[in-house]
Amino acid sequence: MSSLSILTLAPLLLFAFITTLVGIWRLKWAYAAAVIGMLLSLIAAGAGVFRVLAEGKLRHFLGGWPPPFGIEYVLDHLSAFMALIIVFIGLIAVVYPPEAGLYQPPRKGIPMYGLLLLLFAGLVGVVVTGDLFNLFVFLEIYSLASYALITLGGDRAVVASFRYLILGTIAGSFYLLGVGFIYFSTGTLNMADAAQRLVPLYSSPVVMAAVALIVIGMCIKMALFPLHVWLPDAHSYASPMVAAVLAGIQIEVAAYVVVRFMLTIFQPHYFIDVLPVTTVIGWMAAVGIIFGSVMAIAQRDFKRMLAYSTVAQVGYIGLGIGLANPLGLIGGLLHILNHAFMKSCLFLVAGGIRYKTGLHEIPKFAGLGRKMPLMMAAFTVAALSMVGIPPTAGFFSKWYLVLGSIDAGNWVFLAVILASSLLTAVYFFRMVEKLYAVPSSGDAAVEQATEPSAGILVPILVLAVGIIILGLINALIVTQLLMPVAALLPS
Amino acid sequence: METYYSLKPLLAVLVSLLAVVLIVIPNQRPNVRESWTIMAALAKFAIVLSMLPSVLGGNYPAITLFSISPGISLALKVDSLGIIFGLSASLLWILTSFFSIGYVRGVPEHKQTRYFASFAVCLSATMGIAFAANLLTLVIFYEILTIATYPLVIHKETPEAIFGGRKYLVYLLTGGVFLLFALAFTYQLSGTVDFQPGGILPAQVSPSSVIMLFILFLMSFGVKSAVMPLHSWLPTAMVAPTPVSALLHAVAVVKAGVFGFARAIGFVIGPALLHQSGAAGVLAGFTAATILLASLIAIRQDNLKMRLAYSTVGHLSYIVLGMTMLSPGAWVGALLHIVNHAVMKITLFFCAGAIYVRTHREKVSELNGIGRQMPITMAAFTLASLGLAGVPPINGFISKWYLVQGSFDGGQLAIAIVFLLSGLLNAGYLLSITIRAFFAPSERFTKFGEASPLMVVPLALTALFSLLLGLFPERFPYFYQLASQVAASVLGGGGP
Repeated sequence: MSSLSILTLAPLLLFAFITTLVGIWRLKWAYAAAVIGMLLSLIAAGAGVFRVLAEGKLRHFLGGWPPPFGIEYVLDHLSAFMALIIVFIGLIAVVYPPEAGLYQPPRKGIPMYGLLLLLFAGLVGVVVTGDLFNLFVFLEIYSLASYALITLGGDRAVVASFRYLILGTIAGSFYLLGVGFIYFSTGTLNMADAAQRLVPLYSSPVVMAAVALIVIGMCIKMALFPLHVWLPDAHSYASPMVAAVLAGIQIEVAAYVVVRFMLTIFQPHYFIDVLPVTTVIGWMAAVGIIFGSVMAIAQRDFKRMLAYSTVAQVGYIGLGIGLANPLGLIGGLLHILNHAFMKSCLFLVAGGIRYKTGLHEIPKFAGLGRKMPLMMAAFTVAALSMVGIPPTAGFFSKWYLVLGSIDAGNWVFLAVILASSLLTAVYFFRMVEKLYAVPSSGDAAVEQATEPSAGILVPILVLAVGIIILGLINALIVTQLLMPVAALLPS
Repeated sequence: METYYSLKPLLAVLVSLLAVVLIVIPNQRPNVRESWTIMAALAKFAIVLSMLPSVLGGNYPAITLFSISPGISLALKVDSLGIIFGLSASLLWILTSFFSIGYVRGVPEHKQTRYFASFAVCLSATMGIAFAANLLTLVIFYEILTIATYPLVIHKETPEAIFGGRKYLVYLLTGGVFLLFALAFTYQLSGTVDFQPGGILPAQVSPSSVIMLFILFLMSFGVKSAVMPLHSWLPTAMVAPTPVSALLHAVAVVKAGVFGFARAIGFVIGPALLHQSGAAGVLAGFTAATILLASLIAIRQDNLKMRLAYSTVGHLSYIVLGMTMLSPGAWVGALLHIVNHAVMKITLFFCAGAIYVRTHREKVSELNGIGRQMPITMAAFTLASLGLAGVPPINGFISKWYLVQGSFDGGQLAIAIVFLLSGLLNAGYLLSITIRAFFAPSERFTKFGEASPLMVVPLALTALFSLLLGLFPERFPYFYQLASQVAASVLGGGGP
């Protein structure tokens, strides 16, 4: 069945409308419909991974029109990997109760689940499409859905969302312009077709401009330093569940687009030698890692700290691209998966704390460790993984990145990776210390706090256990899914 | 050397993790909770001991679990070096468990569940380090040990303890970062991280790479082994409850660093390449300086635990210095000192803990005449002190004998003098306590007796072990033979 790509996508689009319609009558039905849609999509995404492992690349021609005339959907190792992450984290976010995930419970007028499913549909669409323009369409779908979702966080979130809207639209326009240039030069929008037709055009300034526009656009979307300015506000004012999705899977999809262009639409040497794209991304990422970590240390607000941490963590993914060797890229791609689990878990914990105690500033968290032992244990696992303590998942993305840096002989990148582990330790252990070692100040909010309900706790615990499991089985993921992708790079 | 498939190494690691699950069951009576610790400790020791005969026969139990990175497995193998560490740590955990129960109930300490659970995790990690068959497996358990010790360091939750915890993390996590670098660099140079006696680096590796790798190991394992100037976390961590200082900061954690050096020098870099590069001399210089400086600082400490901490700093460097000499005699001495120092130092910490619980005194200057009230405790203290000073027939003499002999073999007279001088300093800062305890006039200590048997029996037993290991180093549990086997396999040729 080569149509697993479209089968992953279709339930999301379909149920985005169903959940909105039934939500007009009953909010609970909307919830049920959203969960059903996510589950259907998850089954298809899981089956897609197994099918790709067995058969390799799966191509689906929409409406039976073969490319270059029709739109093609492609499921290969990279897109199957991405689609499964998106749908899994999506399911976790949908299951997470809205009263904890949003600051104000959703009203009937706001089709929250419809927007969420539309967001996931856009994200999955970007990773499974084999068409350059279709990718833009999905890019806009997920962007528009996310602008709307961010506004659910309250007044300040509206401003943050508007700022993101402007920069996100600029990014989208850059991408569209770049695709337009490629279309002018090659006369095709199909990725595989364009890949062949672009080879003789590698010295063309038009193609170079196209690559520059697309890469800059995507660097804005993935919030790579110094193009990250929209992120800290958008992610810290958005409600926790939305922030979990935005930080866990949305920005990573932009990184996917860069990797897709680098590996399959162009030949890697174009991004490495002809244009210094990987070098530029690598250095932006390296500075971003240090910048994001230092800024995270300076924050008092838990979610804002997590937002700056995202700026740093997306740098790891950028660094993996920037190293431009197989081990480095494996590290970067594995970090997409690991970061999705860690950061989503942390944002959902932030939601749980806010919901049970109303607190959001780290200095006031003193003594919470004993009040919410399970949730805080999950937090600690995610924090250790962020620092890179084995055997949690975060250690292994660092391990491959370190190997990649040594392979490339890039000692600065190596030093950045190692130093950022310590900076990350500073801002996470500061909170661990507050939770467990500093006696409670007697704050009523802390004294009366209890473990949150199962609806909040279970998604968090699933992610925390997942972080440990991903660490232990990382070799399986790397050899099966990521090595075939990274093999496209010259070692 | 043969290996055979066995579940025992894995069980030895997992048994205390299972205990963690049982310990944290809420709302159980303290006696039930503590029984899990005791049972896990006994089971662990029994498992490790049951592997001793085959290891002595050169047949190593091994288990390869699964691939943790392409080409590298999570694998355990119990060789002669591993079982020296594993056996001493698991044996002392039994005694420390009993002592801990007496201590936390005597003080009394809060949050005892967290305390016992963290302790059990630490012991699992220690076994993992001892039995790791490759460097990646060792690094994983090494980092787990770092993290699992943190709750014990901050246990008292005073500002002082929190500061100690921060300092601990800064030092240890920085060491961990260098260890990750060293691990990746090793993999890059040799394409494997599986330990082999004599090293795994290819012979054509340039001396500069060897020096760099060695410095990376120095920056990582040097932190846990408290080689100056990377030592200062250890005295600060003395804010932890005394049993923690006893088992972790004299046996498990710090010896994990020393053990890491043994693996790095003997099983990764290899003595031949290290000798060519000349890098070992740097470490020898640092450790020799550490031995003397730590002793001089120890003399000035009035806090008993701080004095013992600096003594530990010095004795850890004995072991590392012995390893850098790359002669069979020095290696045997160093490996024996891993065990011997552990047994002697844990006795001293137990004594400090017993005194604290009984009298709430921590300062040496407050101990005048305490020997008459706590005669067993102070007798044990004196015996261990004599051992650390190198007085026969206590076990400290045996390891020092081989260390000095090894330095003569290598023609390194200066190092022999360092060892001898340090013995005198040890006698100075430890036996002065004995003299105070027994001979100084006292008016205060008339109403105290010995601490509870839960504490006195373990410390008497460890003192007895010191004596037995000194009188019969070649008898059960055959530490001398094990150490000779390691030295022979790493350095080639026969024992000393």
